Amino acid sequence: MDMKIKYREPLLPALAEIDEKDEALILLMQTGLPLTPTPYSALGNEVGMTEEEVISRLTYLNESKIIKRFGIVVRHHELGYRANAMTVWNIDDDKVSELGACMGGFDFVTLCYRRPRRLPEWPYNLFTMIHGKDREHVLSNIELLVNQCDLKTVEHEVLFSTKRFKQRGAIYRK
Amino acid sequence: MDELDRKIINVLQEGFPLAEEPYKVVAIELGITEPELLSRLEKLLSDKTLTRFGPMYDAEKLGGAFSLVAIKVPEEEFDKVTSIVNSYDEVAHNYHREHEFNMWYVLATESPEKIDEINSEIEHRTGLKVFNMPKLDEYYIGLKLTA
Repeated sequence: MDMKIKYREPLLPALAEIDEKDEALILLMQTGLPLTPTPYSALGNEVGMTEEEVISRLTYLNESKIIKRFGIVVRHHELGYRANAMTVWNIDDDKVSELGACMGGFDFVTLCYRRPRRLPEWPYNLFTMIHGKDREHVLSNIELLVNQCDLKTVEHEVLFSTKRFKQRGAIYRK
Repeated sequence: MDELDRKIINVLQEGFPLAEEPYKVVAIELGITEPELLSRLEKLLSDKTLTRFGPMYDAEKLGGAFSLVAIKVPEEEFDKVTSIVNSYDEVAHNYHREHEFNMWYVLATESPEKIDEINSEIEHRTGLKVFNMPKLDEYYIGLKLTA
């Protein structure tokens, strides 16, 4: 049967419920958390909240997943991860979730996203980012993925990066 | 960077306590003192091993949008196209990759409409077709690296 596949565009996620005070905290912490013994109290002083209120608002932001992760942002290159490969896979639409979950379960897979194909030029719909100390390391990890997630018949390509032109964190602005 | 720095980085990538004295909690876990942890963190930030210490937000939940965009750039035009693309503040990063699709940039904007707006402008200014590939689903957001 000749079938034309239509790809869905991403649905807009539900906007989080935050008020002005949450927003003030979010903006204030964009540059990072103060390096003092009581950082939440220091933040509170700047926005006119008690330490307790800051902690309870941050707990809310964390639990509602508005804060994806609380911790540090590392620079790959500086940690000795000199090679990174975006590996792209052309996977049957009905198997993407299953295989994506399998690949995403490995430590060396730092990102695993489904994206739209752009036919005819671009047939790939699953993108995995794999970091490694060097290219050989990255390639052997990809081979491990192929074996462990049963991807031997799946068309894929490995796109090594050669140059980084720009890297800044995403900035939230209002 | 020594063994202790590595331990600090690995432990902090796991998360950070929402307690009154969070650094003390982490220091105890690491078996060091609070001042030692703070001074190590200051050093890791000032020598740029770490870019930031704090929360990472889900920009989409805050109304913002992200997209990965690829262009097939003829080698002789690469520098020119790079300077056009990088002139936008919304370009969070831009990598050259070994492929016919050799330029890959990430847009982070305040609204989904802005993604299309910037991509059309880039198409117009470079005369090259841009391939917008927004995330449809996500299977992992680890971004955790062992130091």
